[in-house]
Amino acid sequence: MRLAVMIKQVPATDTVKIDPEKGTMIREGLEMEVNPLDLHALEAAVTWRDRLGGEAEVVVFSMGPPSAIKAIRSALAFGCDRGFLISDRLFGGSDTLATARALAAALEKEGPFDLVLCGERATDGETGQVGPALGHLMKASVVTYVNEITEIAEGRITLRRAVEGGSQVVRAVLPAQLSVVKELNRPRLLTLRRKQAVREREIPVLTAADLGLPVEWCGLKGSPTQVVSVKYPELVRSCEMIHVGADLERAVTDLADILTKEVAAHEG
Amino acid sequence: MKADLKKGVWTLAEIRHGRIHETSHELLAWGRSLADKLGVRLASVVTAPVPQEDLRELVAFGADVVFVLDGAGKEGLETDLVSQGLAGLTRDYEPDVFIASATTAGRTIFSILYAELETGLTADCTGLDIDEATGMLLQTRPAIGGNVMATIKTPLRRPQMCTVRPRSKKPLGRDGARQGEIVREPARLEGKASRLQILKTIADESQERPITEADVLVVGGRGMGQAKNFQLLERLAHLLGGQVGATRQAVDMGWAPYAAQIGLSGKTVSPRLYLSFGVSGAIQHIAGMSTAERVIAVNRDSEAPIFSVADLGIVGDVGEVLPALIAELEKRGGHIDGA
Ligand SMILES: Cc1cc2nc3c(=O)[nH]c(=O)nc-3n(C[C@H](O)[C@H](O)[C@H](O)COP(=O)(O)OP(=O)(O)OC[C@H]3O[C@@H](n4cnc5c(N)ncnc54)[C@H](O)[C@@H]3O)c2cc1C
Ligand SMILES: Nc1ncnc2c1ncn2[C@@H]1O[C@H](COP(=O)(O)O)[C@@H](O)[C@H]1O
Repeated sequence: MRLAVMIKQVPATDTVKIDPEKGTMIREGLEMEVNPLDLHALEAAVTWRDRLGGEAEVVVFSMGPPSAIKAIRSALAFGCDRGFLISDRLFGGSDTLATARALAAALEKEGPFDLVLCGERATDGETGQVGPALGHLMKASVVTYVNEITEIAEGRITLRRAVEGGSQVVRAVLPAQLSVVKELNRPRLLTLRRKQAVREREIPVLTAADLGLPVEWCGLKGSPTQVVSVKYPELVRSCEMIHVGADLERAVTDLADILTKEVAAHEG
Repeated sequence: MKADLKKGVWTLAEIRHGRIHETSHELLAWGRSLADKLGVRLASVVTAPVPQEDLRELVAFGADVVFVLDGAGKEGLETDLVSQGLAGLTRDYEPDVFIASATTAGRTIFSILYAELETGLTADCTGLDIDEATGMLLQTRPAIGGNVMATIKTPLRRPQMCTVRPRSKKPLGRDGARQGEIVREPARLEGKASRLQILKTIADESQERPITEADVLVVGGRGMGQAKNFQLLERLAHLLGGQVGATRQAVDMGWAPYAAQIGLSGKTVSPRLYLSFGVSGAIQHIAGMSTAERVIAVNRDSEAPIFSVADLGIVGDVGEVLPALIAELEKRGGHIDGA
């Protein structure tokens, strides 16, 4: 059983800046971390590897700048067996299709894999499109919004996915690609000792040439979508304030008036 | 295939439990304005068997053509078959624009379809327009926690695909006299069976109306103090015809299910009214609600950041304001929305 986890390095803080010319994120000087939802994918992979035993192995992949090596290293500390960084100047400006293609090529080169785990979405791009696209390109079963994995056996996986109004129990043929949600599990915490244990680990880098990707498939060139413009909306609204103070009744009547009007307006 | 129905603007109908869901009508409102600007036909694509009357409703809400894809799985739950059937249909008819709702089904099917068609896909748009000079689709979406509005286009590949956030547009008025054509097309699956087997669907009544589709959201945070108080939020939500949402703190505390979580690691919502109690307004929470039409917040701390994104702020104690508000609304006659 071979498992792959796809992780993305994302800005850790709330103070993200955008290059207004190119419409791309300014990455310099930002603190980076592993996309929080990807931790759930890592946790699931490591747990199932241990449960399945035998020759099971977890390999982690991340596509990003050279500094994303840190994300791979965290994943190794987390318990992954091996990791690859997919990195090349040519990949700059990749949209979700170009990203999925590069990831698919890496999985093919280092594969085959029975199970590929992704986060539901990345906190920076917030598209959730990379995982299923990758799954499709590698001809795997694609299952999104996975919140429970109940069984992996005999070339099949049984799981539950969260959908509007409830959930679905699904059995999928392996290989499968899963996009997982936070509900799936509680990621373990990294200890200093584990971090130190992987500090010196060699992490191979895969370039576009290593993956045999034609230039027209990479980066901006390989991206069907283009950012036309980027605006910073005025998030701050002018807030009218009611201080309840000593007059609760008055405040509540005012609020009830406003709500009644609000709701009536939607009806109309 | 009917060659005269080529091109145009397409929308993917959302199907739940064998019926057309109302977000399909919202999509038609988006599609109608695009199709009119381009002077082309608007189609709705239905990927599973639904009652004939639901197909006619799609016409009444703005579709000129309804394509029914036959044989792509039993209830349209096998996303691989649906995507494959859609890929064939899209290759035959070559629509310029294809939009779906940013629901679990719409997002999943479109993420497979765009990879198959090797075109562009923009997620979770809140604005769509046509560029007058080029006739291209301009897709606007919030990014990076709502701090940025990015406008995206797909210059060379077709169709131009995107998903749009539910509730980002009202359906057009229903017109029962509208005329439209219903076209059935077999899904070309080349004998392929699905890799997915749906063993069971489990309905969860508390999620019957997911928060992403609610008009009114009553949201509780850690300031609610304890689990029991979330029942008060339920009551208020019921009175306002809305649903209950929560912050991550409240979810982590077990006061609300994860499906109710709003924010960066939860759901992104655009209700017409967002009303919060004891929510501080952390950036990760605001990321999920900044596109709400109207925001009202109750918090005892007048400096709480939620007030900077609110239209109306009530500085007071939840323990006092919430029960008093419920009592006041009940006094005024129960359901004020008449639901
Ligand atoms: C990677 C990451 C992802 C995250 N994702 C999310 C997410 O998706 N959604 C999310 O919500 N958060 C998310 N968070 C957490 C977020 O940072 C905040 O911790 C959280 O939103 C705070 O929830 P809260 O407002 O309920 O609690 P608090 O911040 O503790 O605020 C409670 C508020 O209640 C008020 N209050 C207390 N008692 C009363 C009272 N009696 N009457 C009136 N007011 C009262 C207080 O003044 C305070 O403002 C994320 C954090 C990280 C790091
Ligand atoms: N550059 C990347 N490298 C590795 N995995 C990625 C990358 N981008 C996205 N992913 C995976 O795809 C998921 C969804 O990302 P997104 O479509 O960008 O929201 C993430 O949670 C990751 O698991």
